[in-house]
Amino acid sequence: MIITFICRAILLGVPLLFGSVGEIITEKSGHLNLGIPGIMYVGSISGVIGSFLYENACGNDAANMNPFLTVCIPLLCSIIGSVIMGLIYSFFTVTLRANQNVTGLALTTFGIGLGNFFGGSLIKLVDSDMPSIALTKTSNLFTVKIPGYENLGWFGELFLSHDFLTYLAIIIAVLTFIVFKRTRTGLNLRAVGENPATADAAGINVTRYKYIATMIGSAVAGLGGLQYVMSYANGVWSNNAFGDRGWLAIALVIFSLWNPVVAIAGSFLFGALCNANNYIQGLGTETQELFKMLPYLVTIIVLVFTSMRKKREHQPPESLGLSYFREER
Amino acid sequence: MDKQIAIELKGITKTFGAKVIANKDVNLVVYKGEILSILGENGSGKTTLMNMISGIYFPDEGQIFVNGKEAVISSPKVAFEYGIGMIHQHFKLVDVFTAAENIVLGVNDGRYNLKRSKAKIKEICDKYGFDIDLDKKVYTMSVSEKQTVEIIKVLYRGADILILDEPTAVLTPQETERLFSILRNMREDGKAVIIITHKLNEVMAISDKVAVLRKGENVGVVRTSEVDPQKLTELMVGEKIELNINRTEPKNVTPRLEIHHVCCNNREGVRVLDDINFTVNAGEILGIAGIAGSGQRELLESVAGLQKLTEGDIIYHNPKTGVSENLRGKNPMQIRNLGVRLSFVPEDRLGMGLVGNMDIVDNMMLRSYRKGKGMFLHRTKPRDLANDIVERLQVATPGVTTPVRRLSGGNVQKVLVGREIASSPTVLMVAYPVRGLDINSSYTIFNLLNEQKEKGAAVIFVGEDLDALIELSDRIMVIGSGRIAGTVDARNTTKEEIGLLMTKSKEEGDSENDN
Repeated sequence: MIITFICRAILLGVPLLFGSVGEIITEKSGHLNLGIPGIMYVGSISGVIGSFLYENACGNDAANMNPFLTVCIPLLCSIIGSVIMGLIYSFFTVTLRANQNVTGLALTTFGIGLGNFFGGSLIKLVDSDMPSIALTKTSNLFTVKIPGYENLGWFGELFLSHDFLTYLAIIIAVLTFIVFKRTRTGLNLRAVGENPATADAAGINVTRYKYIATMIGSAVAGLGGLQYVMSYANGVWSNNAFGDRGWLAIALVIFSLWNPVVAIAGSFLFGALCNANNYIQGLGTETQELFKMLPYLVTIIVLVFTSMRKKREHQPPESLGLSYFREER
Repeated sequence: MDKQIAIELKGITKTFGAKVIANKDVNLVVYKGEILSILGENGSGKTTLMNMISGIYFPDEGQIFVNGKEAVISSPKVAFEYGIGMIHQHFKLVDVFTAAENIVLGVNDGRYNLKRSKAKIKEICDKYGFDIDLDKKVYTMSVSEKQTVEIIKVLYRGADILILDEPTAVLTPQETERLFSILRNMREDGKAVIIITHKLNEVMAISDKVAVLRKGENVGVVRTSEVDPQKLTELMVGEKIELNINRTEPKNVTPRLEIHHVCCNNREGVRVLDDINFTVNAGEILGIAGIAGSGQRELLESVAGLQKLTEGDIIYHNPKTGVSENLRGKNPMQIRNLGVRLSFVPEDRLGMGLVGNMDIVDNMMLRSYRKGKGMFLHRTKPRDLANDIVERLQVATPGVTTPVRRLSGGNVQKVLVGREIASSPTVLMVAYPVRGLDINSSYTIFNLLNEQKEKGAAVIFVGEDLDALIELSDRIMVIGSGRIAGTVDARNTTKEEIGLLMTKSKEEGDSENDN
């Protein structure tokens, strides 16, 4: 029971982990991307479209489908979709220096609308009774597990029973951490987010760092949307099912104090908190809704504590949310 | 032996917007193995010119030649490639990074390896005698430590042409001397050093040549050995000015403010003021000298009601009512409600003194917004005051509705001092009022302080230029490491005496930390 609970928490947490690591990468360049929910949604629907088209092209027959392509096409489509969203965001906020909050919120609205438009169109195409489409064959490949994990008891269940995107998320989070702390790229990126004028004076191409960080961040976040639909939802897309996971991912950034490794643990904790209501007996509908607030509550508590401690390393990047213009006097 | 040309500027012009001409047709030659001072009033375009050499700005017109070849310096990165390094007046450091991280930032020297880089930095430090903890975070550093990091940063990049913007503004005389000996070493190394400064004595002490800028134009390059400060001043301002401050004898001296046993800690819990006792008298100027960061800021903020005291009292004698009030534990509003007419010109002009994005009129209203009837603001008087200040203090601005952040440093200071003085204070505290100001503006400020003194205000003047302190103040209190090192009569003291007090207390403070 406890093992299932933890596994479920991890499954729920992985989209948040992708989303928050993506957001951390973006925020380290000084850009508060509130478009993450929209970007994750677009990442999700792009993967679904790719997978849908490929399944159709193969005549909906699993025997005709190349396993490699079945996995890679949705992955690639998802990344392309979210990178385009990131590009839009960067163009507005970096090149045109538009207000980051407004751009981000607009992008979220846009992304969700776009996702629902294509989602609705696909649902209409398959002409099913249900308001959803099922990509079971693709999903089956996405959820392939490490062979033989069943024989290892709780250990196998806990550590080896997950889909490959879960491991990818953890690897990306750890890699991001290493890049931040141990490489010149990471040092430069952090400098851009802290003090772009200094980074500029040090000869760092601020605009390039901001663009690339935002786009890589978006790609990573978009994978969260893909993981949600392919693994968590078993390949079933229905409009608006993704819910408020994007906002949770942004809350998780604050919770993890801009540290991608802390975000790993944080995402699992958030997953557990989101899921706790299902494991506590005798909760009414209204109390269940109260339980769903827990992740946000925890985030606020963390915010209060870090603000009280005033440790500079635990604060957001100094120029977060500010546009940079070199010739400003 | 003919010296080689390091950098040559031809016909450089730069404008901001349609109106502001920062530089106009500037020609300048800098030789290797030479220290060149750039001298000019505030807003004369010195920093802008240097920013164009270091790639921060790009000239509208003109050419730059580095080592005889035309160079297009489109970014700071390109400037580094040409071996040009600039140490800015406002330090360009990342606060949450360590010294070492800041130094290596943006340098591509093979695989990223902080340990190896640190060894390389150590070499540079040993060569020039810098003393710095490379793992110290910048936000915990003092101003002079930050400057050291900046200089090492440029040296680490192997710069041949060094530009220093007002490097001595934050240093003690001893630190300045150390910096100068480093600069001389660089000159011996064959490096070209450009130093922007206001201090004429330093121009005379360090540079081989002086280029004087006036209103964005180069009005002449002269050999330091062939001129005197008087001549330079004339070149700079274009008119002869009196170098003496008119100091009157204090009249009706009565204690106005008494500070008793004041102690206070900073955010990290470190004691920054330790048992401070002194009296400020009405009708006199009390100068406060000390190394930057010795507690001057905390002291003024304590009086202004912005610092929490751990111990001590601040007694104010109201000249109108004769009542004595203790200001300890009161906020600025409460202090004002007691009838204490306290004016404060803080060190951080645009952070604490004025709101950069607001215009001059609105900034005047920061002091008078509670006046007027009902819910509407009273705008006429602040506008009159703004116009008056602009006219009387000759603030160079397109109008009173210009945001103050668009004004140059000296003009910002005039607006702030003008506002603070307009409320006819009984206590006037000014911190570094002439920092970064040209001579004309400085004298305007000094005269305003003297005027207030004659009107019977108690003036506290925290300064860094010892010459000005000695000429302007009646008494000078020297503080070091949060303690009073001594108080001297400004009329018969010497710079050496004050300098000695400043350093003596520093050494004592250091040895105490070791115990």
